[in-house]
Amino acid sequence: MSTSVDRFDERARREVERIGQTVVHRGELLRHPVYTRVLHWLVAISFILSLLSGFAIYSPWLYRFLTPLFGGGPMTRFLHPWFGLLFEVFFLFQFLNWFTPMVWNKDDTRWMKRIRQYATNTERVEPEDVGFFNGGQKLYFWAIVISAVLFLITGILMWFDNLTPRWVVAVSYVIHDIAGLVMLAGFVIHIYEGTAAQPGTFRAMTNGTVTEKWAWTHHPAWYRAITGRNARESYERERRRMTDRERAIQEWERDHDAHDQV
Amino acid sequence: MSNPRTFQIQEISAHPGPVPGAGTQRAVQVCKYIDVSTCIGCKACEVACVEWNDHPFRETTFNDTYQTMPSTEWNYWNLIKFAEDERDGNLMWLMRKDQCMHCEDPGCLRACPADGAIIKYENGIVDFQQENCIGCGYCISGCPFDIPKFNEKTRKVYKCTLCSDRVGQGLEPACIKACPTGCLHFGTKDEMVQIAGLRAKQLQEHSGFAAAGVYDPPSIGGTHVIYVLHDINNPERYGLPKTPVIPPSYTYWKWLAKPTGLLLAGLGVLAVFFHRITVGPKLPQPEVPPIESRPDPVEAKRKEQP
Repeated sequence: MSTSVDRFDERARREVERIGQTVVHRGELLRHPVYTRVLHWLVAISFILSLLSGFAIYSPWLYRFLTPLFGGGPMTRFLHPWFGLLFEVFFLFQFLNWFTPMVWNKDDTRWMKRIRQYATNTERVEPEDVGFFNGGQKLYFWAIVISAVLFLITGILMWFDNLTPRWVVAVSYVIHDIAGLVMLAGFVIHIYEGTAAQPGTFRAMTNGTVTEKWAWTHHPAWYRAITGRNARESYERERRRMTDRERAIQEWERDHDAHDQV
Repeated sequence: MSNPRTFQIQEISAHPGPVPGAGTQRAVQVCKYIDVSTCIGCKACEVACVEWNDHPFRETTFNDTYQTMPSTEWNYWNLIKFAEDERDGNLMWLMRKDQCMHCEDPGCLRACPADGAIIKYENGIVDFQQENCIGCGYCISGCPFDIPKFNEKTRKVYKCTLCSDRVGQGLEPACIKACPTGCLHFGTKDEMVQIAGLRAKQLQEHSGFAAAGVYDPPSIGGTHVIYVLHDINNPERYGLPKTPVIPPSYTYWKWLAKPTGLLLAGLGVLAVFFHRITVGPKLPQPEVPPIESRPDPVEAKRKEQP
Protein backbone atom coordinates (compact mmCIF):
# COMPACT_ATOMS: atom_id res chain seq x y z
CA MET A 1 0.00 0.00 0.00
CA SER A 2 1.50 3.27 -1.06
CA THR A 3 1.08 6.36 1.05
CA SER A 4 -0.65 8.30 -1.73
CA VAL A 5 -3.46 5.75 -1.82
CA ASP A 6 -3.69 5.93 1.94
CA ARG A 7 -4.07 9.66 1.86
CA PHE A 8 -6.68 9.55 -0.90
CA ASP A 9 -8.70 6.97 1.00
CA GLU A 10 -8.45 9.10 4.13
CA ARG A 11 -9.60 12.20 2.29
CA ALA A 12 -12.58 10.40 0.74
CA ARG A 13 -13.47 9.12 4.17
CA ARG A 14 -13.45 12.63 5.66
CA GLU A 15 -15.42 14.12 2.77
CA VAL A 16 -18.16 11.51 3.00
CA GLU A 17 -18.36 11.79 6.77
CA ARG A 18 -19.00 15.52 6.41
CA ILE A 19 -21.99 14.92 4.10
CA GLY A 20 -23.64 12.10 5.97
CA GLN A 21 -24.56 11.63 9.55
CA THR A 22 -25.18 8.84 11.99
CA VAL A 23 -27.56 9.42 14.90
CA VAL A 24 -26.69 7.33 17.94
CA HIS A 25 -29.54 7.07 20.44
CA ARG A 26 -29.28 6.06 24.09
CA GLY A 27 -28.61 2.36 24.50
CA GLU A 28 -27.06 2.22 21.03
CA LEU A 29 -23.50 2.05 19.73
CA LEU A 30 -22.01 3.37 16.50
CA ARG A 31 -21.17 0.33 14.38
CA HIS A 32 -20.47 1.59 10.85
CA PRO A 33 -19.87 5.25 9.93
CA VAL A 34 -21.40 6.78 6.76
CA TYR A 35 -18.31 6.21 4.64
CA THR A 36 -18.27 2.50 5.40
CA ARG A 37 -22.00 2.15 4.75
CA VAL A 38 -21.86 3.99 1.42
CA LEU A 39 -18.91 1.84 0.35
CA HIS A 40 -20.64 -1.34 1.49
CA TRP A 41 -23.71 -0.65 -0.63
CA LEU A 42 -21.71 0.44 -3.67
CA VAL A 43 -19.79 -2.82 -3.41
CA ALA A 44 -23.06 -4.70 -2.91
CA ILE A 45 -24.83 -3.17 -5.92
CA SER A 46 -21.90 -3.65 -8.28
CA PHE A 47 -21.42 -7.17 -6.92
CA ILE A 48 -25.04 -8.18 -7.49
CA LEU A 49 -24.95 -6.77 -11.04
CA SER A 50 -21.72 -8.66 -11.73
CA LEU A 51 -23.12 -11.82 -10.18
CA LEU A 52 -26.34 -11.81 -12.20
CA SER A 53 -24.73 -10.86 -15.51
CA GLY A 54 -21.92 -13.35 -14.87
CA PHE A 55 -24.20 -16.24 -14.03
CA ALA A 56 -26.21 -15.45 -17.17
CA ILE A 57 -23.17 -16.49 -19.20
CA TYR A 58 -22.05 -19.12 -16.67
CA SER A 59 -24.50 -21.81 -17.63
CA PRO A 60 -26.89 -22.53 -20.52
CA TRP A 61 -29.61 -23.22 -17.93
CA LEU A 62 -29.37 -19.69 -16.54
CA TYR A 63 -28.75 -17.95 -19.87
CA ARG A 64 -32.38 -17.53 -20.90
CA PHE A 65 -33.52 -16.44 -17.43
CA LEU A 66 -30.83 -13.89 -16.67
CA THR A 67 -29.86 -12.31 -20.01
CA PRO A 68 -33.25 -10.53 -20.45
CA LEU A 69 -32.49 -8.59 -17.25
CA PHE A 70 -29.67 -6.81 -19.02
CA GLY A 71 -31.23 -6.40 -22.45
CA GLY A 72 -30.24 -9.66 -24.08
CA GLY A 73 -27.12 -11.79 -24.55
CA PRO A 74 -24.83 -9.33 -26.36
CA MET A 75 -25.67 -6.54 -23.89
CA THR A 76 -25.08 -8.85 -20.92
CA ARG A 77 -21.71 -9.81 -22.33
CA PHE A 78 -20.86 -6.16 -22.96
CA LEU A 79 -21.88 -4.99 -19.48
CA HIS A 80 -20.43 -7.79 -17.34
CA PRO A 81 -16.77 -6.68 -17.53
CA TRP A 82 -17.75 -3.11 -16.68
CA PHE A 83 -19.86 -4.21 -13.70
CA GLY A 84 -16.90 -6.30 -12.60
CA LEU A 85 -14.52 -3.40 -12.94
CA LEU A 86 -16.85 -1.19 -10.92
CA PHE A 87 -16.93 -3.85 -8.20
CA GLU A 88 -13.13 -4.03 -8.21
CA VAL A 89 -12.80 -0.27 -7.76
CA PHE A 90 -15.36 -0.02 -4.95
CA PHE A 91 -13.96 -3.06 -3.20
CA LEU A 92 -10.45 -1.62 -3.38
CA PHE A 93 -11.69 1.25 -1.22
CA GLN A 94 -13.49 -1.12 1.13
CA PHE A 95 -10.26 -3.13 1.36
CA LEU A 96 -8.31 -0.03 2.38
CA ASN A 97 -11.07 0.93 4.79
CA TRP A 98 -11.30 -2.46 6.50
CA PHE A 99 -7.80 -3.82 6.12
CA THR A 100 -6.84 -3.11 9.76
CA PRO A 101 -9.87 -4.54 11.62
CA MET A 102 -9.82 -7.58 9.33
CA VAL A 103 -6.29 -8.70 10.23
CA TRP A 104 -6.43 -12.32 11.33
CA ASN A 105 -5.37 -13.19 14.89
CA LYS A 106 -5.41 -16.05 17.40
CA ASP A 107 -8.94 -15.21 18.57
CA ASP A 108 -10.22 -15.81 15.06
CA THR A 109 -8.51 -19.18 14.85
CA ARG A 110 -10.20 -20.08 18.14
CA TRP A 111 -13.51 -18.80 16.74
CA MET A 112 -13.14 -21.02 13.66
CA LYS A 113 -12.59 -24.05 15.90
CA ARG A 114 -15.94 -23.52 17.56
CA ILE A 115 -17.82 -22.70 14.35
CA ARG A 116 -20.04 -25.71 14.97
CA GLN A 117 -21.25 -24.32 18.28
CA TYR A 118 -21.72 -20.96 16.58
CA ALA A 119 -23.87 -22.40 13.81
CA THR A 120 -26.05 -24.43 16.17
CA ASN A 121 -26.62 -21.56 18.66
CA THR A 122 -25.23 -23.56 21.58
CA GLU A 123 -24.31 -20.47 23.54
CA ARG A 124 -26.43 -17.44 24.40
CA VAL A 125 -23.64 -14.91 24.01
CA GLU A 126 -20.39 -15.08 22.08
CA PRO A 127 -17.09 -15.79 23.90
CA GLU A 128 -15.26 -12.83 25.48
CA ASP A 129 -12.60 -12.68 22.74
CA VAL A 130 -14.87 -11.95 19.76
CA GLY A 131 -13.98 -8.46 18.57
CA PHE A 132 -15.37 -5.99 16.04
CA PHE A 133 -15.42 -8.70 13.37
CA ASN A 134 -15.62 -12.40 14.18
CA GLY A 135 -13.61 -15.13 12.45
CA GLY A 136 -16.38 -15.88 9.96
CA GLN A 137 -16.65 -12.28 8.86
CA LYS A 138 -12.90 -12.08 8.43
CA LEU A 139 -12.88 -15.30 6.45
CA TYR A 140 -15.51 -13.89 4.10
CA PHE A 141 -13.55 -10.66 3.74
CA TRP A 142 -10.33 -12.45 2.80
CA ALA A 143 -12.21 -14.78 0.47
CA ILE A 144 -13.49 -11.69 -1.35
CA VAL A 145 -10.00 -10.19 -1.47
CA ILE A 146 -8.56 -13.35 -3.05
CA SER A 147 -11.53 -13.75 -5.38
CA ALA A 148 -11.37 -10.10 -6.43
CA VAL A 149 -7.73 -10.50 -7.41
CA LEU A 150 -8.50 -13.70 -9.33
CA PHE A 151 -11.54 -12.10 -10.99
CA LEU A 152 -9.48 -9.14 -12.09
CA ILE A 153 -6.61 -11.15 -13.58
CA THR A 154 -8.69 -13.85 -15.29
CA GLY A 155 -11.37 -11.36 -16.29
CA ILE A 156 -8.93 -9.12 -18.14
CA LEU A 157 -7.38 -12.14 -19.85
CA MET A 158 -10.82 -13.22 -21.11
CA TRP A 159 -11.88 -9.67 -21.93
CA PHE A 160 -8.95 -9.23 -24.30
CA ASP A 161 -9.01 -12.78 -25.55
CA ASN A 162 -7.69 -11.78 -28.97
CA LEU A 163 -4.39 -11.07 -27.25
CA THR A 164 -4.53 -14.08 -24.93
CA PRO A 165 -3.45 -17.60 -25.91
CA ARG A 166 -6.29 -20.09 -26.22
CA TRP A 167 -5.25 -22.26 -23.28
CA VAL A 168 -4.80 -19.27 -20.99
CA VAL A 169 -8.40 -18.27 -21.74
CA ALA A 170 -9.58 -21.83 -21.06
CA VAL A 171 -7.80 -21.91 -17.67
CA SER A 172 -9.01 -18.40 -16.77
CA TYR A 173 -12.54 -19.53 -17.54
CA VAL A 174 -12.35 -22.23 -14.86
CA ILE A 175 -10.67 -20.00 -12.25
CA HIS A 176 -13.24 -17.24 -12.87
CA ASP A 177 -16.01 -19.80 -12.32
CA ILE A 178 -14.52 -21.14 -9.09
CA ALA A 179 -14.12 -17.63 -7.71
CA GLY A 180 -17.72 -16.91 -8.70
CA LEU A 181 -19.04 -20.00 -6.93
CA VAL A 182 -17.06 -19.21 -3.77
CA MET A 183 -18.44 -15.68 -3.81
CA LEU A 184 -21.98 -16.95 -4.35
CA ALA A 185 -21.71 -19.30 -1.38
CA GLY A 186 -20.28 -16.55 0.83
CA PHE A 187 -22.94 -14.13 -0.39
CA VAL A 188 -25.80 -16.45 0.57
CA ILE A 189 -24.40 -16.90 4.08
CA HIS A 190 -23.62 -13.19 4.37
CA ILE A 191 -27.20 -12.15 3.56
CA TYR A 192 -28.64 -14.78 5.88
CA GLU A 193 -26.41 -13.80 8.80
CA GLY A 194 -27.10 -10.12 8.23
CA THR A 195 -30.88 -10.49 8.20
CA ALA A 196 -32.88 -13.54 9.28
CA ALA A 197 -30.20 -15.31 11.31
CA GLN A 198 -29.34 -12.34 13.54
CA PRO A 199 -32.16 -9.85 14.00
CA GLY A 200 -30.80 -6.41 14.83
CA THR A 201 -27.81 -6.73 12.51
CA PHE A 202 -29.15 -5.21 9.30
CA ARG A 203 -29.55 -1.76 10.83
CA ALA A 204 -25.78 -1.61 11.32
CA MET A 205 -25.54 -1.08 7.55
CA THR A 206 -28.56 1.24 7.27
CA ASN A 207 -28.68 3.46 10.37
CA GLY A 208 -25.12 2.60 11.26
CA THR A 209 -25.96 1.76 14.84
CA VAL A 210 -26.67 -1.35 16.90
CA THR A 211 -28.14 -1.83 20.36
CA GLU A 212 -25.83 -2.48 23.29
CA LYS A 213 -27.63 -5.77 23.77
CA TRP A 214 -26.68 -6.77 20.24
CA ALA A 215 -23.09 -5.71 20.82
CA TRP A 216 -22.54 -7.75 24.00
CA THR A 217 -24.28 -10.74 22.43
CA HIS A 218 -22.37 -10.90 19.15
CA HIS A 219 -19.13 -8.94 19.68
CA PRO A 220 -18.27 -8.91 23.41
CA ALA A 221 -14.66 -7.81 23.00
CA TRP A 222 -15.73 -4.86 20.86
CA TYR A 223 -18.42 -4.00 23.44
CA ARG A 224 -15.81 -3.99 26.15
CA ALA A 225 -13.38 -1.90 24.14
CA ILE A 226 -15.96 0.75 23.35
CA THR A 227 -17.90 0.95 26.66
CA GLY A 228 -15.31 -0.26 29.14
CA ARG A 229 -17.82 -2.71 30.59
CA ASN A 230 -17.58 -6.46 30.68
CA ALA A 231 -20.02 -8.07 28.24
CA ARG A 232 -20.82 -11.04 30.47
CA GLU A 233 -21.52 -8.81 33.44
CA SER A 234 -23.72 -6.48 31.40
CA TYR A 235 -25.62 -9.46 30.15
CA GLU A 236 -26.08 -10.92 33.64
CA ARG A 237 -27.17 -7.55 35.03
CA GLU A 238 -29.71 -7.09 32.26
CA ARG A 239 -30.96 -10.58 32.93
CA ARG A 240 -31.38 -9.86 36.65
CA ARG A 241 -33.18 -6.61 35.85
CA MET A 242 -35.56 -8.40 33.52
CA THR A 243 -36.18 -11.14 36.09
CA ASP A 244 -36.87 -8.58 38.81
CA ARG A 245 -39.19 -6.66 36.57
CA GLU A 246 -41.03 -9.83 35.59
CA ARG A 247 -41.36 -10.84 39.22
CA ALA A 248 -42.70 -7.39 40.17
CA ILE A 249 -45.27 -7.60 37.39
CA GLN A 250 -46.33 -11.07 38.45
CA GLU A 251 -46.73 -9.94 42.07
CA TRP A 252 -48.72 -6.91 41.02
CA GLU A 253 -51.01 -9.08 38.90
CA ARG A 254 -51.46 -11.59 41.74
CA ASP A 255 -52.44 -8.75 44.11
CA HIS A 256 -54.89 -7.37 41.62
CA ASP A 257 -56.42 -10.79 40.92
CA ALA A 258 -56.86 -11.27 44.68
CA HIS A 259 -58.32 -7.79 44.96
CA ASP A 260 -60.75 -8.43 42.09
CA GLN A 261 -61.92 -11.68 43.68
CA VAL A 262 -62.66 -9.86 46.91
CA MET B 1 -38.43 -30.44 -47.92
CA SER B 2 -39.72 -33.96 -48.10
CA ASN B 3 -37.96 -36.74 -46.34
CA PRO B 4 -35.82 -38.47 -48.98
CA ARG B 5 -37.18 -41.82 -47.82
CA THR B 6 -40.85 -40.89 -48.24
CA PHE B 7 -41.11 -42.31 -51.76
CA GLN B 8 -38.91 -45.29 -51.21
CA ILE B 9 -40.94 -48.41 -52.19
CA GLN B 10 -42.02 -50.42 -49.19
CA GLU B 11 -44.28 -53.12 -50.71
CA ILE B 12 -44.99 -54.27 -54.25
CA SER B 13 -48.16 -56.13 -55.26
CA ALA B 14 -47.76 -59.66 -56.60
CA HIS B 15 -43.98 -59.29 -56.59
CA PRO B 16 -41.96 -62.43 -55.99
CA GLY B 17 -39.03 -62.00 -53.63
CA PRO B 18 -37.91 -59.01 -51.59
CA VAL B 19 -38.53 -55.39 -52.54
CA PRO B 20 -35.54 -54.19 -54.57
CA GLY B 21 -33.61 -51.52 -52.74
CA ALA B 22 -35.49 -51.96 -49.47
CA GLY B 23 -33.77 -50.53 -46.43
CA THR B 24 -31.30 -48.42 -48.40
CA GLN B 25 -30.43 -45.18 -46.67
CA ARG B 26 -29.10 -42.00 -48.05
CA ALA B 27 -25.72 -40.98 -46.66
CA VAL B 28 -26.12 -37.49 -45.27
CA GLN B 29 -22.67 -36.79 -43.85
CA VAL B 30 -20.83 -34.46 -46.18
CA CYS B 31 -17.09 -33.95 -46.42
CA LYS B 32 -14.51 -31.85 -48.17
CA TYR B 33 -11.33 -33.65 -49.10
CA ILE B 34 -8.17 -31.66 -49.79
CA ASP B 35 -5.22 -33.29 -51.49
CA VAL B 36 -2.29 -31.05 -50.52
CA SER B 37 0.00 -32.92 -52.94
CA THR B 38 -1.81 -31.52 -55.97
CA CYS B 39 -2.43 -28.02 -54.67
CA ILE B 40 -0.49 -25.41 -56.71
CA GLY B 41 -1.27 -22.46 -54.44
CA CYS B 42 -3.20 -20.54 -57.12
CA LYS B 43 -5.65 -19.13 -54.53
CA ALA B 44 -8.64 -19.53 -56.85
CA CYS B 45 -10.49 -21.01 -53.86
CA GLU B 46 -9.74 -17.88 -51.82
CA VAL B 47 -11.27 -15.69 -54.51
CA ALA B 48 -14.27 -17.98 -54.96
CA CYS B 49 -14.90 -17.89 -51.21
CA VAL B 50 -14.72 -14.10 -51.03
CA GLU B 51 -16.99 -13.77 -54.08
CA TRP B 52 -19.64 -16.28 -53.05
CA ASN B 53 -19.88 -14.94 -49.52
CA ASP B 54 -19.93 -11.39 -50.83
CA HIS B 55 -16.96 -10.27 -48.74
CA PRO B 56 -15.12 -7.13 -49.76
CA PHE B 57 -11.44 -7.51 -50.62
CA ARG B 58 -9.84 -6.60 -47.36
CA GLU B 59 -6.45 -5.10 -46.57
CA THR B 60 -3.69 -7.66 -46.23
CA THR B 61 -0.41 -7.94 -44.41
CA PHE B 62 2.63 -8.86 -46.45
CA ASN B 63 5.20 -10.76 -44.45
CA ASP B 64 7.64 -12.02 -47.08
CA THR B 65 5.64 -15.06 -48.09
CA TYR B 66 3.24 -15.96 -50.85
CA GLN B 67 0.48 -16.13 -48.28
CA THR B 68 -2.31 -13.57 -48.77
CA MET B 69 -2.33 -12.72 -45.05
CA PRO B 70 -0.98 -14.25 -41.84
CA SER B 71 -4.21 -16.00 -40.85
CA THR B 72 -7.86 -16.33 -41.80
CA GLU B 73 -9.97 -13.33 -40.86
CA TRP B 74 -13.59 -12.68 -39.97
CA ASN B 75 -14.32 -11.91 -43.65
CA TYR B 76 -11.58 -14.07 -45.19
CA TRP B 77 -12.48 -17.66 -44.42
CA ASN B 78 -10.30 -19.51 -46.88
CA LEU B 79 -6.51 -19.11 -46.93
CA ILE B 80 -3.75 -21.07 -48.59
CA LYS B 81 -0.94 -21.43 -46.08
CA PHE B 82 2.55 -21.66 -47.46
CA ALA B 83 5.37 -23.33 -45.55
CA GLU B 84 8.96 -23.90 -46.61
CA ASP B 85 10.12 -27.31 -45.52
CA GLU B 86 12.94 -29.72 -46.24
CA ARG B 87 12.91 -33.18 -47.70
CA ASP B 88 16.14 -35.14 -48.32
CA GLY B 89 18.13 -31.91 -48.19
CA ASN B 90 15.93 -30.22 -50.80
CA LEU B 91 13.37 -27.50 -50.45
CA MET B 92 9.82 -28.70 -50.17
CA TRP B 93 7.14 -26.09 -50.57
CA LEU B 94 4.01 -27.01 -48.67
CA MET B 95 0.66 -25.45 -49.53
CA ARG B 96 -2.38 -26.15 -47.46
CA LYS B 97 -5.84 -24.70 -47.83
CA ASP B 98 -6.80 -23.52 -44.32
CA GLN B 99 -10.44 -23.12 -43.32
CA CYS B 100 -12.92 -24.42 -40.78
CA MET B 101 -12.52 -28.18 -40.29
CA HIS B 102 -16.18 -28.77 -39.34
CA CYS B 103 -15.27 -31.12 -36.48
CA GLU B 104 -17.58 -33.96 -35.57
CA ASP B 105 -17.13 -32.79 -31.95
CA PRO B 106 -16.86 -29.01 -32.41
CA GLY B 107 -14.90 -27.19 -29.68
CA CYS B 108 -16.51 -23.88 -30.64
CA LEU B 109 -19.98 -25.30 -30.06
CA ARG B 110 -18.93 -26.90 -26.75
CA ALA B 111 -17.53 -23.58 -25.49
CA CYS B 112 -20.38 -21.31 -26.65
CA PRO B 113 -22.57 -19.99 -23.79
CA ALA B 114 -25.22 -18.36 -26.03
CA ASP B 115 -28.40 -20.24 -26.88
CA GLY B 116 -28.45 -20.97 -30.60
CA ALA B 117 -25.30 -19.13 -31.65
CA ILE B 118 -23.58 -22.23 -33.02
CA ILE B 119 -25.37 -25.15 -34.63
CA LYS B 120 -24.26 -28.40 -36.18
CA TYR B 121 -26.32 -29.90 -38.96
CA GLU B 122 -27.01 -33.60 -39.45
CA ASN B 123 -24.70 -33.47 -42.45
CA GLY B 124 -21.81 -32.41 -40.21
CA ILE B 125 -21.59 -28.73 -41.14
CA VAL B 126 -20.94 -26.44 -38.15
CA ASP B 127 -22.53 -23.06 -38.68
CA PHE B 128 -22.50 -19.80 -36.70
CA GLN B 129 -25.78 -17.92 -36.27
CA GLN B 130 -24.56 -14.36 -35.79
CA GLU B 131 -27.96 -13.06 -34.65
CA ASN B 132 -27.60 -15.18 -31.49
CA CYS B 133 -23.86 -14.55 -30.99
CA ILE B 134 -23.00 -12.44 -27.94
CA GLY B 135 -19.36 -11.94 -28.91
CA CYS B 136 -17.74 -13.45 -25.82
CA GLY B 137 -15.04 -15.17 -27.87
CA TYR B 138 -15.14 -18.48 -25.99
CA CYS B 139 -15.43 -20.33 -29.34
CA ILE B 140 -12.05 -18.88 -30.35
CA SER B 141 -10.52 -20.50 -27.27
CA GLY B 142 -12.45 -23.73 -27.85
CA CYS B 143 -11.28 -24.19 -31.44
CA PRO B 144 -8.17 -26.38 -31.93
CA PHE B 145 -7.54 -24.88 -35.39
CA ASP B 146 -7.72 -21.12 -34.61
CA ILE B 147 -10.58 -20.57 -37.06
CA PRO B 148 -13.35 -18.38 -35.56
CA LYS B 149 -12.49 -14.68 -35.90
CA PHE B 150 -13.93 -11.73 -34.04
CA ASN B 151 -15.24 -8.62 -35.78
CA GLU B 152 -14.64 -5.58 -33.54
CA LYS B 153 -17.35 -3.59 -35.28
CA THR B 154 -20.28 -6.00 -35.14
CA ARG B 155 -18.90 -7.72 -32.00
CA LYS B 156 -19.71 -11.11 -33.50
CA VAL B 157 -17.62 -14.08 -34.53
CA TYR B 158 -17.46 -15.44 -38.09
CA LYS B 159 -16.02 -18.43 -39.92
CA CYS B 160 -16.34 -20.70 -42.97
CA THR B 161 -19.83 -22.19 -43.35
CA LEU B 162 -18.76 -24.96 -45.75
CA CYS B 163 -21.18 -23.04 -48.02
CA SER B 164 -24.14 -24.47 -46.13
CA ASP B 165 -26.36 -22.32 -48.36
CA ARG B 166 -24.97 -23.98 -51.51
CA VAL B 167 -24.87 -27.48 -50.01
CA GLY B 168 -28.52 -27.09 -48.98
CA GLN B 169 -29.36 -26.64 -52.64
CA GLY B 170 -27.37 -29.65 -53.74
CA LEU B 171 -24.33 -27.67 -54.89
CA GLU B 172 -20.70 -28.09 -53.90
CA PRO B 173 -18.96 -25.37 -51.82
CA ALA B 174 -17.61 -22.41 -53.85
CA CYS B 175 -13.96 -23.30 -53.24
CA ILE B 176 -14.46 -26.79 -54.70
CA LYS B 177 -16.01 -25.35 -57.85
CA ALA B 178 -13.08 -23.00 -58.41
CA CYS B 179 -10.20 -25.48 -57.97
CA PRO B 180 -8.38 -25.92 -61.31
CA THR B 181 -6.22 -28.91 -60.37
CA GLY B 182 -8.89 -31.08 -58.83
CA CYS B 183 -7.15 -31.18 -55.50
CA LEU B 184 -10.45 -30.25 -53.82
CA HIS B 185 -13.24 -32.78 -53.64
CA PHE B 186 -16.67 -32.76 -52.07
CA GLY B 187 -19.07 -35.61 -51.37
CA THR B 188 -20.23 -37.92 -48.63
CA LYS B 189 -17.87 -38.59 -45.77
CA ASP B 190 -17.52 -42.33 -46.58
CA GLU B 191 -16.72 -41.61 -50.19
CA MET B 192 -14.16 -38.94 -49.38
CA VAL B 193 -12.41 -41.07 -46.78
CA GLN B 194 -12.22 -43.84 -49.35
CA ILE B 195 -10.73 -41.81 -52.21
CA ALA B 196 -8.41 -39.99 -49.81
CA GLY B 197 -7.20 -43.40 -48.65
CA LEU B 198 -6.58 -44.46 -52.26
CA ARG B 199 -4.66 -41.27 -52.97
CA ALA B 200 -2.52 -41.74 -49.85
CA LYS B 201 -1.73 -45.28 -50.97
CA GLN B 202 -0.83 -44.02 -54.43
CA LEU B 203 1.54 -41.46 -52.91
CA GLN B 204 3.13 -44.19 -50.78
CA GLU B 205 3.58 -46.68 -53.58
CA HIS B 206 4.32 -44.56 -56.62
CA SER B 207 5.66 -41.22 -55.45
CA GLY B 208 7.99 -42.24 -52.64
CA PHE B 209 6.04 -40.62 -49.83
CA ALA B 210 6.14 -43.62 -47.50
CA ALA B 211 4.46 -41.70 -44.68
CA ALA B 212 1.59 -40.28 -46.74
CA GLY B 213 -1.78 -40.53 -45.02
CA VAL B 214 -5.22 -39.11 -44.38
CA TYR B 215 -5.68 -36.39 -41.75
CA ASP B 216 -9.04 -37.05 -40.08
CA PRO B 217 -8.14 -36.62 -36.38
CA PRO B 218 -10.05 -39.05 -34.13
CA SER B 219 -9.42 -36.94 -31.01
CA ILE B 220 -12.35 -34.72 -32.04
CA GLY B 221 -14.39 -37.53 -33.58
CA GLY B 222 -13.03 -36.87 -37.06
CA THR B 223 -13.59 -33.81 -39.22
CA HIS B 224 -15.78 -32.97 -42.18
CA VAL B 225 -12.77 -31.49 -43.93
CA ILE B 226 -10.01 -34.07 -44.44
CA TYR B 227 -6.53 -33.80 -45.91
CA VAL B 228 -4.11 -36.12 -47.63
CA LEU B 229 -0.68 -35.12 -46.33
CA HIS B 230 2.76 -36.14 -47.62
CA ASP B 231 3.76 -36.97 -44.07
CA ILE B 232 0.91 -37.90 -41.77
CA ASN B 233 3.27 -38.28 -38.79
CA ASN B 234 4.14 -34.59 -38.79
CA PRO B 235 0.98 -32.58 -39.50
CA GLU B 236 2.64 -29.67 -37.62
CA ARG B 237 4.72 -29.06 -40.76
CA TYR B 238 1.51 -27.97 -42.45
CA GLY B 239 0.35 -25.99 -39.43
CA LEU B 240 -2.07 -28.67 -38.29
CA PRO B 241 -2.12 -29.95 -34.70
CA LYS B 242 -1.18 -33.61 -34.36
CA THR B 243 -3.84 -34.24 -31.74
CA PRO B 244 -6.40 -31.44 -31.77
CA VAL B 245 -8.16 -31.21 -28.40
CA ILE B 246 -10.94 -29.17 -26.90
CA PRO B 247 -9.84 -27.65 -23.56
CA PRO B 248 -11.50 -29.61 -20.70
CA SER B 249 -12.89 -26.27 -19.50
CA TYR B 250 -15.50 -26.55 -22.23
CA THR B 251 -16.22 -30.24 -21.82
CA TYR B 252 -15.90 -31.75 -18.36
CA TRP B 253 -15.90 -28.46 -16.50
CA LYS B 254 -18.77 -26.92 -18.44
CA TRP B 255 -21.08 -29.91 -18.57
CA LEU B 256 -20.21 -31.55 -15.26
CA ALA B 257 -18.60 -29.21 -12.75
CA LYS B 258 -20.67 -26.14 -13.60
CA PRO B 259 -24.10 -27.71 -13.04
CA THR B 260 -22.72 -29.39 -9.91
CA GLY B 261 -21.60 -26.02 -8.59
CA LEU B 262 -25.00 -24.58 -9.34
CA LEU B 263 -26.71 -27.48 -7.62
CA LEU B 264 -24.52 -27.00 -4.53
CA ALA B 265 -25.38 -23.30 -4.51
CA GLY B 266 -29.09 -24.20 -4.65
CA LEU B 267 -28.64 -26.68 -1.81
CA GLY B 268 -26.82 -23.95 0.12
CA VAL B 269 -29.83 -21.67 -0.15
CA LEU B 270 -32.07 -24.51 1.02
CA ALA B 271 -29.68 -25.27 3.89
CA VAL B 272 -29.79 -21.66 5.02
CA PHE B 273 -33.58 -21.66 4.85
CA PHE B 274 -33.89 -24.82 6.94
CA HIS B 275 -31.26 -23.54 9.36
CA ARG B 276 -33.67 -20.70 10.07
CA ILE B 277 -36.55 -23.17 10.51
CA THR B 278 -34.71 -25.67 12.72
CA VAL B 279 -31.98 -23.83 14.62
CA GLY B 280 -33.61 -20.41 14.51
CA PRO B 281 -32.20 -16.92 14.88
CA LYS B 282 -29.57 -15.63 17.31
CA LEU B 283 -31.35 -12.86 19.16
CA PRO B 284 -29.66 -10.15 21.23
CA GLN B 285 -29.52 -11.56 24.77
CA PRO B 286 -31.38 -11.69 27.09
CA GLU B 287 -34.32 -11.99 24.72
CA VAL B 288 -37.21 -12.79 27.10
CA PRO B 289 -37.38 -12.77 30.88
CA PRO B 290 -36.52 -16.27 32.06
CA ILE B 291 -39.35 -18.05 33.79
CA GLU B 292 -38.14 -19.32 37.15
CA SER B 293 -40.21 -22.47 37.28
CA ARG B 294 -38.63 -23.54 33.97
CA PRO B 295 -34.85 -23.05 34.19
CA ASP B 296 -33.04 -22.07 31.01
CA PRO B 297 -31.58 -25.34 29.63
CA VAL B 298 -28.82 -23.62 27.69
CA GLU B 299 -27.57 -21.68 30.72
CA ALA B 300 -27.81 -24.75 32.94
CA LYS B 301 -25.64 -26.72 30.54
CA ARG B 302 -23.11 -23.90 30.35
CA LYS B 303 -22.75 -23.81 34.13
CA GLU B 304 -22.22 -27.57 34.31
CA GLN B 305 -19.13 -27.29 32.14
CA PRO B 306 -15.96 -26.13 33.91
